[in-house]
Amino acid sequence: MRILRSALSILLLAAAALVAAPLGAQSLNIEITGGLKTATPITVVPFAQAGGAPLPTDVADVIRNDFNRSGKFRSLAKSEIVETPSRGADIKFATWRLLKQDFITVGRLSDAGGGMVKVEYELWDVNKQQSLLAQSYTAPAGDLRGVAHQIADAIYEKITGVRGAFWTRIAYITAVGLGNNTTYSLVVADSDGYNPQVVARSRESLLSPAWSPDGHKIAYVSFESGNSNIYVQDITTGSRQLVESHARGINGAPAWSPDGSRLAVSLSYVGNPEIFVLDLASRHETRLTTNLAIDTEPNWAPDGQSIYFTSDRSGRPQIYQVPAGGGSPTRISFQGQNNAEADVGYDGKQIAMVQGNGNVYRIAVMDRSLGGQVRYVSPGPIDESPSFAPNASMLLYAAVEGRRGVLYAVSADGMVRQRLVLADGDVREPAWGPFRPR
Amino acid sequence: MNKTARVALVALFCLGAAACSKKAVKPQETQPPAEPTTTAPETTSGKYTPADLDTDACLRQRVVYFDFDKDEIKPEFQQIMACHAKYLQDRPSAQIRLEGNTDERGTREYNLGLGERRGNAVSSALQASGGSASQLNVISYGKEKPVCREHNEDCWSKNRRVEIVYTAK
Repeated sequence: MRILRSALSILLLAAAALVAAPLGAQSLNIEITGGLKTATPITVVPFAQAGGAPLPTDVADVIRNDFNRSGKFRSLAKSEIVETPSRGADIKFATWRLLKQDFITVGRLSDAGGGMVKVEYELWDVNKQQSLLAQSYTAPAGDLRGVAHQIADAIYEKITGVRGAFWTRIAYITAVGLGNNTTYSLVVADSDGYNPQVVARSRESLLSPAWSPDGHKIAYVSFESGNSNIYVQDITTGSRQLVESHARGINGAPAWSPDGSRLAVSLSYVGNPEIFVLDLASRHETRLTTNLAIDTEPNWAPDGQSIYFTSDRSGRPQIYQVPAGGGSPTRISFQGQNNAEADVGYDGKQIAMVQGNGNVYRIAVMDRSLGGQVRYVSPGPIDESPSFAPNASMLLYAAVEGRRGVLYAVSADGMVRQRLVLADGDVREPAWGPFRPR
Repeated sequence: MNKTARVALVALFCLGAAACSKKAVKPQETQPPAEPTTTAPETTSGKYTPADLDTDACLRQRVVYFDFDKDEIKPEFQQIMACHAKYLQDRPSAQIRLEGNTDERGTREYNLGLGERRGNAVSSALQASGGSASQLNVISYGKEKPVCREHNEDCWSKNRRVEIVYTAK
């Protein structure tokens, strides 16, 4: 364990040295919080480069970081990689068996002309000395991180049987500046926090970003007109629509239906926050709750048949489930003093939520297939906004450190945690985007 | 009645009302000299004027604080409710925006709801004491606009608040 940790820190120092200078905005920090008995040992040999100028991305490094933060793999530190084969035929399997590696990835980069780079890689089973994958990609030199994430996804799926979610994007909100000089931004970045792009900016609060299932749009709440209103913005073209703007009360908490045709929202123009479903084509609103409590933070079950939401109808906030077509809500959270902001994994079994006990708010994951058993995946004290990766292998959440908000990615078992940090300002409300079409 | 005439009348009523004397801010020369002062009706005496918002000890208090996850208005704020309600009654053209806020504990959207609940509680109290619903507008910022950013009860208690903002005096 200690060896692994020191090896990881060396790896991270190397990674930080590579990326900190040109990007400036990001730093990486992986923290191992528990045993990794189940993590599969894998070596990713530095990819060989045949001539040409040095490339901006160390592809093997990006793959190693993806594996390490997933909690499913532990990759051999770069400093312990004693041989550097770049083709399957050159692998001396005895070496990697001695180092107790189950799998090895080798690869090479070559100039494909016109600013394009050809990336070839192979995945081998060390014990069986068997080739498992051999693929190549041709991409612009500036998109090598994307290629690395796609390679990590393919290897992850080959070994675990579960689709990888490294080649995905995340959205979050930043607040830079103090008081009336604060600027809020809605940012979209790669799943590891790299390549941040601002998609909306405002002098007033932005909150609650939610990805459309096709990954083209983000719904969010903006106070730019004074009151809270809900917008839907196309992240490629930048065009946007105002979809909820009742003059009275809150227009908040948008959540897309799995088919992308409807938004569940919380509206209080009726007197107090209630859950509604807005049909985006017809703009027809259907009210789902009628109660004097605060009903908010709707989130759809993956089958689209029901909606989870937060309500304090029992006194303190708890999670309830209501049929999407209307009906009686059922309380589903019973552990902890209060629970809020449910996010549901793709299989509908795991439900992440913010659980508050005293002054400590942690991310708890309830497994409905295990009789509602709850496990904590974050330490608190003020953690919120859990968001599952599309394969539910990891979650993003927001934490507060000192006077600023930071984002963490944590493996679904809570054992491996990575902090994504922006150089300045307050970061909050992460939302993990859907799979991208392959 | 146009605005000038209304200002003149208010100033006129104050001439005959002892309670107005300490609040009077109108320079002498703007007061019509020839009008009889004894005809001022009893009910208009002691009315607030916009200047009182800056000078009156009660009206200058514009923040109501709350207990954790609660929206009950505590007894110590009843006097503030009463003087702002009286102002609204005295000045039918006055408008107030009630800005509801919470501390950092709990999720953002839930806290938007809680901030609104607090704003509504203040709105109800002002209406119960004579303000009109049409003069009151509630907006919730939840935990988005803290006045204090430390993670302790002292700080949290400053953030659990409704701010009374006059948008028209």
